[in-house]
Amino acid sequence: MKRAFAGGVRTALPFLLPNLIGFLAFTFGPLVGSLLLSFCSWDLLRSPYWVGLDNFRELLGFHRGSDGEWAATDPAFWQYLGNTFFLLLNLPVSMVGSLILAMWLNRPLRGVRFYRLVFYLPTVMAGVAVFYLWRWMLNPDEGLINAALALVHVEGPKWLTDPFWAKPAILIMSFWLSVGGGGMILYLAALQSVPRELEEAAAIDGAGPWSSFWAVTWPSVRSVTFFIATTGLIRGLQSGSEMAYVMTQGGPAGATTTLGFYVFEKAYQQFEMGYAASIAWVMFLLVFGLTWLQWRREKQGEAWS
Amino acid sequence: MKADGRHTWWWHVPLMIVGATMLLPLCFMFVTALSEPGQAIRADGGFWSLVFPRTWRWENFLEVWQRVPFLRYYANSMIVAMVVTCGQVCTSACAAFAFARLQWRGRDAIFLAYLATMMVPGAVTMIPNFISMKMIPEWLGYLLPWIDWNAIRHLGPSSDWPVLGRFVGLDSYFSLTLPGMFSAYGTFLLRQFFTTLPKELDEAAAIDGCGPWTTFYRVILPVSKPGVATLGVFTFVGAWGAFLWPLVIVNSDSLRTLPIGLQAFQGQYGTQWQLMMAAAILMLIPNVVIFLLGQRFFVSGLTAGAVKG
Repeated sequence: MKRAFAGGVRTALPFLLPNLIGFLAFTFGPLVGSLLLSFCSWDLLRSPYWVGLDNFRELLGFHRGSDGEWAATDPAFWQYLGNTFFLLLNLPVSMVGSLILAMWLNRPLRGVRFYRLVFYLPTVMAGVAVFYLWRWMLNPDEGLINAALALVHVEGPKWLTDPFWAKPAILIMSFWLSVGGGGMILYLAALQSVPRELEEAAAIDGAGPWSSFWAVTWPSVRSVTFFIATTGLIRGLQSGSEMAYVMTQGGPAGATTTLGFYVFEKAYQQFEMGYAASIAWVMFLLVFGLTWLQWRREKQGEAWS
Repeated sequence: MKADGRHTWWWHVPLMIVGATMLLPLCFMFVTALSEPGQAIRADGGFWSLVFPRTWRWENFLEVWQRVPFLRYYANSMIVAMVVTCGQVCTSACAAFAFARLQWRGRDAIFLAYLATMMVPGAVTMIPNFISMKMIPEWLGYLLPWIDWNAIRHLGPSSDWPVLGRFVGLDSYFSLTLPGMFSAYGTFLLRQFFTTLPKELDEAAAIDGCGPWTTFYRVILPVSKPGVATLGVFTFVGAWGAFLWPLVIVNSDSLRTLPIGLQAFQGQYGTQWQLMMAAAILMLIPNVVIFLLGQRFFVSGLTAGAVKG
């Protein structure tokens, strides 16, 4: 089959060029640039100088303290890494929530479009305004959350200023933000492509709701699940900087600082550009590695089924 | 499965509960935006007074415009979002056309490289981008030494030309918008759209004597409206709410965008929540409007990205 246009690269190049230049200048170049920077020390005032692997050694390294115990040279990094993964918990939970909502909406109900619109509303508004709203909602004395808890005679915690409750508070917000968002829309679209007869046939064959789910529904949403999980993981691992800046400044005691916000802090508040670049690169490798693992598992799963 | 919509009203109950959890925070937002400054309604009035307004202080919405240069912030956000959206849709559509409908050597390899960069965290590219934006006036000085770039750079937003701002360097519209105009995601999304179109379209266009540009502009783009609209909505909403990049790039008040400007309401002596929420509502209006406008394209647009998995 021949395509309509001949000319190969010469035809394609003008189409490609604007994007390609931007890609080289703002993505590929900076990628290499920040790798180089991660081997340097630079405070933006003096000129940068080469320090080799020192940044990475300090970031990931351990040393034996005076008491003979091994301790991380940068304990904050490990704490923030833990925070990042903790906040990632929202991904599986909200995916299950999205799937349930989508299955519920995938019926001949009236007002499905209305519900879809309402559930999607938080996603439309996501960003700084919603972070301020939630900071206000989580206000222990005047906010909506504790007032709602008071309805059922529970005294709410101090949420964002409490080192224990700060992370759950962020999780609740993330769930509210994401459960009815793109994931639910994708699930709904996938479910709507399943012929209704299939479910009915399964029901006639005597399949209970559980086995009918695995036999009919799951195969049809499998690839969408993979897509949502992958993009969610990529996004989740690097998120949290805007949230932290607006809601908590990363506190209390670093409880809500994610890796993304750590990079921001190091780069623009402490002006350790080289160190910040090395954190960013560790983050990149983490994202890359996990995505690759997930992708490989998916391929294996496909081979088995 | 006889789930007939008319008889199973109880199917609606869980949906309504979920809907209420989505809407109650927004009610709270409105109630706060309409409350008196420093009003202590909240602690004693209980839950329902936080969801149904008891005072209707519409002046808060006026005060937002008077207290800070809110109009300026609004205009800045609008300019940035429009420029970024137009730029990104143009560059992405062109590149997507090359990836989806033209045949050339190395196409798939380069496309794979594009896909891989979607994994690069914003934090990685932000630092070098910040540095290069800072350096651009100097670099231009080496390239075109006969132009006094520093003078242009320090032209600044003056009282004579308040709209102008600096041309290049940090603290300029240039650096606010330019890095946002290129997107691997947008290219990917539109490519998915373009590949689903039948090949006969190109052939028919070629028979009618269209070159690649005419085909792109007159045939492919018009048929792909849902994709272009989806990308447009996403990009606009993203650029409208962009926070970190403007935060590090902008220094002067006259270049602040809305998300940065909101900070003005959290003063030293506590946040003025009634103003903050009023401002947040004003900021969210374009999001809702553009979403409602683009809604009928939306689902197909969102799903196209996931087709390949």
